[in-house]
Amino acid sequence: MIAQLTLNERTSALGLLILVALTGALMAVIGGDDPFAAHGVIIILFCAVIAAFVISGFDAPEPRIDRQDSYYDDPTKVGIGLSMAWAVFGMFMGVWVAAQLAWPDLAFDGAWSSFGRIRPTHTTGVIFGFGGNALIATSFHVVQRTSRVRLAGQISPWFVLLGYNLFCLLAVTGYFMGVTQSKEYAEPEWYADLWLVVVWVTYFVVFLRTLARRREPHIYVANWYFMAFIVVVAILHIVNNLAVPISFTQSKSYTIWPGVQDAMVQWWYGHNAVAFFLTAGFLGMLYYYLPKRAERPIFSYRLSILSFWGITFFYMWAGSHHLHYTALPHWVQNLGMTFSVMLLVPSWASAGNALLTLNGAWDKVRDDATLRFMMAAVVFYGLSTFEGSFMAIRPVNSLSHYTDWTVGHVHAGALGWVALITFGSLYTLVPALWKRPQMYSPALVEAHFWLAIAGTLIYVFAMWNSGIIQGLMWRTYTEEGSLAYSFVDTLVAMYPYYIARTVGGALFLLGAIIGSYNIWMTAKRPFMPAATDDVPQALSPAHARVPAE
Amino acid sequence: MSVEEIDPPSGKKTTGHEWNGIKELDTPVPRGVLMFLVVTHAFAILWWVLMPTWPLGDTYTKGLLQTDQHKMVAEQLGAAEVAKASWMSKIEKAAFPEVQADLALMAIVKRTGRQLFGDNCAACHGRDAKGGDNYPDLTDDDWIWGGGVEKIAETLRVGVNSPHAQSRTSQMPAFGRDNLLDASQVNSVASYVYSLSNPTFSTSRNIATIEAGREVFLGNCAACHGEDAKGNAEMGAPNLTDRYWIYGGNLEKLVTSIHGGRQGHMPTWDTRLNEADIKILALYVHALGLEKP
Repeated sequence: MIAQLTLNERTSALGLLILVALTGALMAVIGGDDPFAAHGVIIILFCAVIAAFVISGFDAPEPRIDRQDSYYDDPTKVGIGLSMAWAVFGMFMGVWVAAQLAWPDLAFDGAWSSFGRIRPTHTTGVIFGFGGNALIATSFHVVQRTSRVRLAGQISPWFVLLGYNLFCLLAVTGYFMGVTQSKEYAEPEWYADLWLVVVWVTYFVVFLRTLARRREPHIYVANWYFMAFIVVVAILHIVNNLAVPISFTQSKSYTIWPGVQDAMVQWWYGHNAVAFFLTAGFLGMLYYYLPKRAERPIFSYRLSILSFWGITFFYMWAGSHHLHYTALPHWVQNLGMTFSVMLLVPSWASAGNALLTLNGAWDKVRDDATLRFMMAAVVFYGLSTFEGSFMAIRPVNSLSHYTDWTVGHVHAGALGWVALITFGSLYTLVPALWKRPQMYSPALVEAHFWLAIAGTLIYVFAMWNSGIIQGLMWRTYTEEGSLAYSFVDTLVAMYPYYIARTVGGALFLLGAIIGSYNIWMTAKRPFMPAATDDVPQALSPAHARVPAE
Repeated sequence: MSVEEIDPPSGKKTTGHEWNGIKELDTPVPRGVLMFLVVTHAFAILWWVLMPTWPLGDTYTKGLLQTDQHKMVAEQLGAAEVAKASWMSKIEKAAFPEVQADLALMAIVKRTGRQLFGDNCAACHGRDAKGGDNYPDLTDDDWIWGGGVEKIAETLRVGVNSPHAQSRTSQMPAFGRDNLLDASQVNSVASYVYSLSNPTFSTSRNIATIEAGREVFLGNCAACHGEDAKGNAEMGAPNLTDRYWIYGGNLEKLVTSIHGGRQGHMPTWDTRLNEADIKILALYVHALGLEKP
């Protein structure tokens, strides 16, 4: 891996690591007793591990002079490994936190292990750790293949991948220590947020420079989505995290947004994190790996255009539907609601386009668990986007809001769509990347598929039932006009569903562990010659910009 | 350089674009999608016309229906008040015995009280009101501050050791920790108190300790708990001769209580619940004690 870098680049990488480690050292010194200092130490350790790796390969032979003629897949390979490691961690925390709801004693009276602290380690672990790494890894792979050009930069892709993982590490370790901004999905404090800005802008530059060098006349749809994902996440992250630290030696900060505006900015962020992180990014994945695996052309280019612009335009307006019946002005709620309804068609157009792409390949869906993963993901995508628009309608929301129905909806999207499309994509990508004819064990892929489907269905049905029961109990009155149930009555009613969701989550976790094992074994297996040459090829002499031999 | 071709399975034309083997068909947007698009947009436009939606500088479009969520919630709360008024006004006006005599009204009190108790009291006293470690059982006939419905309502109103100006106060001193009694005195008085509810404990082996404890009790505890140890509801001193214990009735727990003292706490509900709700809860809790077999 280090052999891909020239001596100069190896030296620069070490220099960069020392610079970051020095920043960590400064934090450790000025932080005193604050978790800020602990984070400084974590930064030093993180840099030390990577530096040790660079030094161990420092004397490796230099890369061939024509490395520009090959794709740069090392960051993608490492990204896949990190993604699966975060998946197992994040899903384990999810099962644990779900179990705590049924059996509160499982917090073991620890502060670090209390519900409020480990719940964000689950959400950050799966969304940013698992999902984010998968997006970085696959976007690097897809943009090279669909542009027929090597990734721009030698160190910068590593900076993006590893820098991003440092952010995730600071986030999760911070939660255990009680460091949080208390903004859902934007919990990390100001210094971690600033670091992510640097990393994310680098990601944007790497991606854009690669696209600019492309040897294709057109930019493929997958790259539209990856680009939208990168650009909008940067905007969301910066605006929602504008904050003033109480001191530059402490972790705590206060947001600059006051009152209901803070709530509005937070849910504009929160909803568009769903839109551009969990939807646009993964649609990018879908648009490459699904047609690749099915070996079918995309059903309709025109539908792709309609859904892309529909999704990017309408989602931006929909965030206020998270704040129905609150202090947010009525008109803002209505605006968010109507845009959520209009959003349904472009969302379903994407799902429809993907399903119709499978026309002529349904026999493969039947026989190939990898393609079935992607097909099921599309079905769950269609289901959860319909559900989302439906729940955004105010009267529906008055029943569903604050209940487990919301949790069920999120997991139909997160397990059913995001995780399934990722697994389908990785099972397509891993053999290609490591030049293997197929995964180490197709039987384990099949087993993973059924565990994931069973886990998702158990989880989602449990939460639908639980949420609707809860919502109805909250609004049931006796004939004399008193509330029929106390809040704690609703908890008793939800207890069996809490157990069911834990079981569903555990099945899903088991699938992810099997998947990790399978990917590991595929990568480790001895090299076999690939069927085709997977290198950037000029399309025609007119577009050839391959360096002269 | 775009080369359009026909895709064999679908018979459709491609756009001629190709990326690493991926092609696209040039299928027109299906008519169903366009119709669906029209329907959702028509719904949105209709909603914009009828409801408040678009900002206009420092105001917004009010919509033809002129709805307003503040007005709506006020109306709904008003309607809910009216629906409850027929029986609520009786509870507000009537004295406790009058309500207790009205069986129909008591049925409502029990249903409403169950929910109020669940949302406000169950966190400490348990959903079944049977209490638990450190929290008294409300279903028995042993009352620390008096079990009449008036007394219960008063306890609810002012709380115990609460910030309320008229709060009930109950402070049992830390006899051991504050060196009011030495260790052997603490142990002997614990034995004495234990023997009151466990007569079999008074064996020839223990009788000397118990007798010593009785002396300590009369000198230090009787002022609040009474010479007969049957407690005093005026001071919130519990009866020590029965089988009901808040902090546990075995010897070890008794020693802990005498050594470290006890200062129970109950919030004041004066400002958190209205008069009628407090009345309903008092009646509900009182009835729980009566219904106990």
